[in-house]
Amino acid sequence: MTRKTILNDHHRALGARMVDFGGWDMPIHYGSQIEEHHQVRRDAGMFDVSHMNIVDVDGPGSRAFLRRLLANSIDKLKQPGRALYSCMLNPRGGVIDDLIVYFLGGDAYRLVANAATRDKDMAWIGDQITDFDVRVRQRPELSIIAVQGPNARERVLGLLGDAAVQASELGRFAAAELPGTPFGEVFIARTGYTGEDGFEVVASESGAVALWDALLRAGVKPVGLGARDTLRLEAGMNLYGQDMDEDTSPYEAALGWTVSLDEGRDFIGREVVEAHHRDGAPRRMIGLLMEDKGVLRRGQAVRTAGGDGEILSGTFSPTLGKAIAFARVPAGDLSGGVSVDIRGRDVPVRVVKFPFVRDGKPA
Amino acid sequence: MSEIPGDLRFMKSHEWARIEGDGKVTIGISDHAQGLLGDLVYVELPQVGDSVEAGNACAVVESVKAASDVYAPVSGTVTAVNTALADKPETINEDAYGEGWLFVVEASDPDQFNDLLGPDDYADLIEEDDL
Repeated sequence: MTRKTILNDHHRALGARMVDFGGWDMPIHYGSQIEEHHQVRRDAGMFDVSHMNIVDVDGPGSRAFLRRLLANSIDKLKQPGRALYSCMLNPRGGVIDDLIVYFLGGDAYRLVANAATRDKDMAWIGDQITDFDVRVRQRPELSIIAVQGPNARERVLGLLGDAAVQASELGRFAAAELPGTPFGEVFIARTGYTGEDGFEVVASESGAVALWDALLRAGVKPVGLGARDTLRLEAGMNLYGQDMDEDTSPYEAALGWTVSLDEGRDFIGREVVEAHHRDGAPRRMIGLLMEDKGVLRRGQAVRTAGGDGEILSGTFSPTLGKAIAFARVPAGDLSGGVSVDIRGRDVPVRVVKFPFVRDGKPA
Repeated sequence: MSEIPGDLRFMKSHEWARIEGDGKVTIGISDHAQGLLGDLVYVELPQVGDSVEAGNACAVVESVKAASDVYAPVSGTVTAVNTALADKPETINEDAYGEGWLFVVEASDPDQFNDLLGPDDYADLIEEDDL
């Protein structure tokens, strides 16, 4: 059975082409994916991401539990409102999911994880509770609207009334609960998945509908999951299930920076990823840029001196006007050049650092 | 959904063909197909002088979402290709049945045109597609 967010009718009324995304009926675009992409890079766009899985964790054992559950260190979150990006690993060091954890204050944390992995995440988290004195609650009654782009913050702040002052003071990757907004109580975070500045706003269903309508009136355009994917890839951000999975360690997915090997913290998967950190992982993820015409796509073979790899995420970058991709290849020297098999043609590509695009411009 | 011009014939794989006054056949992809593909970013066309065979892949259209083969509706020799698409592939999104044409062939067996779907049959086909 396909699930719908509270904004489903709004998407249809706005002319969205709907697709199944991890069991959810979601907008892929509202006319032109490329225009929506540019809208976010140049002005402000909004995404309904209410399908994502919000999980609140609290109780006296919550910090100890998250120190065990997550590969990044929850101990970095000292101030309420701070956020951390982390992988949740299996004992083989493979990635069960990636998520953002927010420190709400006291012993309360909020995780925002992927939609398509909801059931396995909840089963895994439930299994790890064992003796920890924690309470884990999904919050399906909450919706999320991400507003992203150089003008996104200004547009949102203009709608928040007296709460705007507090929201305007949020630093990057910080969040706050705002009780008295015109949209009821909202949780607002200066985070996102586009490489642009902006907010992700968590609200009740009625609050989210009112916020969506108000943003539309303020000139913020709706953006579908299609542009969300090209935006995140340009920004060098991984997509779970595509760029990493349960058989990939963070060090094979360019996510080593999210692993905290802090002294004495026994997190799940530590042994394996610590070995990858120490000895190097057998494979690595690289960024590719193609000067030739054409589009790099998932599954295409990538040829290197050290052996073949494959494209994980590939697309046409609307900002660069060229194809970009993440690929996983055997560890080793790439100075001999890298090429991609595109429909039987061996096309040379450049290995480049990512993000591919920063602050709306080629990085 | 835009109106389907009455003089076009279609393949189930969403190519259209039109017999021009001089007997040549202009070929493109349908408005429905461009809608399914989304924003087009790259078009690979045959060369003038190439022979194409009905039912065989002879061009590629690529959108952000997918690469899709274009099949020749009729056999013949390519006499013109729409070179303007190299810089503006989005023309296909904007005007699939007009400025977004792909190539023209001199048909070797004009009767093949009659094997294609008429506008009404094609409209029925894509209606089923949407369900």
